[in-house]
Amino acid sequence: MSSSDTDGKRNVGTYFHGVIRRMSRVPLTSWLGIVVIAMYVLVALFAPLIAPYGEFEVVSQRPFEPWSEQFIFGTDQLGRDVLSRLIFGARNTIGIAFVATSLTFLIGGTVGITAAVVGGVVDQAISRVVDAVMSIPDLVFILMLLAIAGPGATNLVIIIAVIGATRVYRLSRAAAHNVVSLEFVEAARARGETLPWVVTQEIQPNILPVLISDFGMRFCFVFLAIAGLSFLGVGLQPPTAEWGSMVRESAALISAGDITPLIPATAIGLLTIAVNFVGDWILNETSGLSDGR
Amino acid sequence: MKQVVFPMVDDRLNHSDKVLTVSDLRIEALSGGNWSEIVKGVSFDLQRGEVLGLVGESGAGKSTIGLATLGYVRQGCRIKSGGIIFDGEDLRELPQGRIRSLRGVRIAYVAQSAAASFNPAIGLMDQVIAAAISRGGQTRTEAEARARALFSAMQLPDPDNFGSRYPHQVSGGQLQRAMVAMAMMCRPDLIVFDEPTTALDVTTQVDVLIAIRNAIQRFGVAALYITHDLAIVAQMADRIMVLRHGESVEAGDVATMLRKPKHPYTKSLWAVHSIPKATQPQSLGLLHISNLHASFGPVKVLHDVSLDVGYGRTVAVVGESGSGKSTLGRIVAGLMAPSSGSITFDGKPCQPLVQQRRRDLLRKIQIIYQSADTALNPRHTVRKIIGRPLNKFHKMSGAERTQRTIELLEMVELNGSYIDRRPDQLSGGQRQRIAIARALAANPELIICDEITSALDQVVQAEILKMLVSLQQRLGVSYIFITHDLATVRAIADDVVVMHRGRVIEQGPKDVVLTPPFKPYTEQLLASVPAMTTGWLDGVIAARSAANSSLDVKHGN
Repeated sequence: MSSSDTDGKRNVGTYFHGVIRRMSRVPLTSWLGIVVIAMYVLVALFAPLIAPYGEFEVVSQRPFEPWSEQFIFGTDQLGRDVLSRLIFGARNTIGIAFVATSLTFLIGGTVGITAAVVGGVVDQAISRVVDAVMSIPDLVFILMLLAIAGPGATNLVIIIAVIGATRVYRLSRAAAHNVVSLEFVEAARARGETLPWVVTQEIQPNILPVLISDFGMRFCFVFLAIAGLSFLGVGLQPPTAEWGSMVRESAALISAGDITPLIPATAIGLLTIAVNFVGDWILNETSGLSDGR
Repeated sequence: MKQVVFPMVDDRLNHSDKVLTVSDLRIEALSGGNWSEIVKGVSFDLQRGEVLGLVGESGAGKSTIGLATLGYVRQGCRIKSGGIIFDGEDLRELPQGRIRSLRGVRIAYVAQSAAASFNPAIGLMDQVIAAAISRGGQTRTEAEARARALFSAMQLPDPDNFGSRYPHQVSGGQLQRAMVAMAMMCRPDLIVFDEPTTALDVTTQVDVLIAIRNAIQRFGVAALYITHDLAIVAQMADRIMVLRHGESVEAGDVATMLRKPKHPYTKSLWAVHSIPKATQPQSLGLLHISNLHASFGPVKVLHDVSLDVGYGRTVAVVGESGSGKSTLGRIVAGLMAPSSGSITFDGKPCQPLVQQRRRDLLRKIQIIYQSADTALNPRHTVRKIIGRPLNKFHKMSGAERTQRTIELLEMVELNGSYIDRRPDQLSGGQRQRIAIARALAANPELIICDEITSALDQVVQAEILKMLVSLQQRLGVSYIFITHDLATVRAIADDVVVMHRGRVIEQGPKDVVLTPPFKPYTEQLLASVPAMTTGWLDGVIAARSAANSSLDVKHGN
């Protein structure tokens, strides 16, 4: 080894040092977002332990009982504890949104990268179908498909995932296009690698940062869509606790000066903002827009 | 021929003769949270009309010093101590506004990549005269007239209308000359040339070198010429300073430095051009290409190319960029289908595309690319990069694969400690070694080397070439060596194929092709390669003006 060739060395210790240094530079808004998301996730995971009552448990004879020490946010139209339903709602809303978003990326990412690698007629055909789907307003299209397939958690997840996948397709295809032209992909082809290898091993790891930061934005959209659909009555069906439907069920109270319906709405808004903060930060870190290394 | 006469520098003769004094310059860079010195106490003087060549490998601090003489440091760097005295004023103590008024007017800079330095959305004229108008105190009419005169002095085509073109409408060499013209606009006292010809072809390089030489001689400016190419610095500089790791190793006038360098490091730089290689005996063909034609859509890129590669031999394919040499390599590797012609490998016909070739054939032909940065997946570790062909072609896994990976790393003069690194944790030379190890992992019979050393600096280049030669002797592998660098060809080739615009101009054993009498194109190519002697460029200029005057006579001028 000549000394001229050794300057690339960097040991593992400095790598972790770098990670710690990067974490210490995370902006305040992102910290806030991380803390909020962590709280939501903890609440969702440990809902049965935290909630004072059960999800479907009718705890009061009177509907719409006001806030009290016994029922912190009062009860709903059937006399169920609002706080408990809020806590279980985190589980349902976030869980379903997460599953739907993951499926969105699995479909959109795989098809997008494949289209970029294969190119030619296949790419054109898929892209035009995607364009056609994207030209129909999302919410209208989802409502229509739900009307055909009937409401229900599984249908909801599949329909949202397929519609959302069109946008992920666009993104991952564009990102993969920049990678496909690099020589290591050509080297893999020269080695006789199969399409699944090229897609999953050569390209996907390189566009992962872009996909991860978009995951946050997509998650917000899916999460809002589910809440919106539930508010309209075609999303998650009763008696499942869901923030969107909880807003609808207690909406009438707002005219009586009760702010209870704003609580699930705030829960929705806060999570959306928190995910956006973190997503922005990840995008900034991975896109090379930030000045540090 | 129209000769434009510029007023010589007379109005500034009252200034002192010393244009620039750099004394004990120390520059620090921020890395991993700490400041570390990247320039460690460099000192030099520059007289009016003198050219100082800064030579060294990449990372030696050449460009950092060059930028510091403009009173500028890159982001993440700072000047720790030392003086940069330009014409009696210390740039470190001047206010930013004053430094700005010097830049582009009295101190000019010519960057490596003109293509990246010009704004593609603005016409050339506006960019060339911008500084002259805003800070140089010239009116637009004056500035444009001067720019046209300079375009003509730089021998740019159609100098009167050259400025109305956009950067993408002119060639790389012309753009680089336009940048030299821009630097000359305000008759600066000092020009910093930062590797101005590194990105160019040999034949274009000569034009730019002549333009730079003319500019320096006519205007009598002082210049700092930064390069890693010793043959070029021998043409351009009066004095040479050799840098290594931010320190000056040795300095002196060109002739002395070339003839008797004192420091061992300088000697090692000078020795790069001589790699001992025993010529392989002539042998039967491993690869036989006959009458190959290829095109990109309507554009034909290869016309009737035939060549043979013998067992254990090295065939160098040389030519300028655009000559079709890389396309030839890609066709042999099965990455592109020829439109007609045949390829025979080891006596058997070869299917045109990778998908149709059997795994065994894929194993036998490997390709190594110019830029190891893009040829290695940045998300894979060395273990995965080298392990994959072992797994794919030799069904190795587990401890056996790790064992073989370490053996391969040792073959390319690295060791097992590199196995878990990613490409971004390696230097450029190390990455190229990993790419070579990946090719060797397949146990190939033919390796296509596509400009594999042209992105590396000279010392690393020589190490890698030496290694390839010794690997060939041990493993008996054949190489197709695609390059535009004739020094490399001389060093390692057995046979040479000269290509120009998709055709084979000449081919044969190295000794036949590279010794006189030459074919005309081969001669032109050879004449464009700077020699390691001081008078080479003067010889070229003299030969050209002789050729021009004989042309003028013919045309009756």
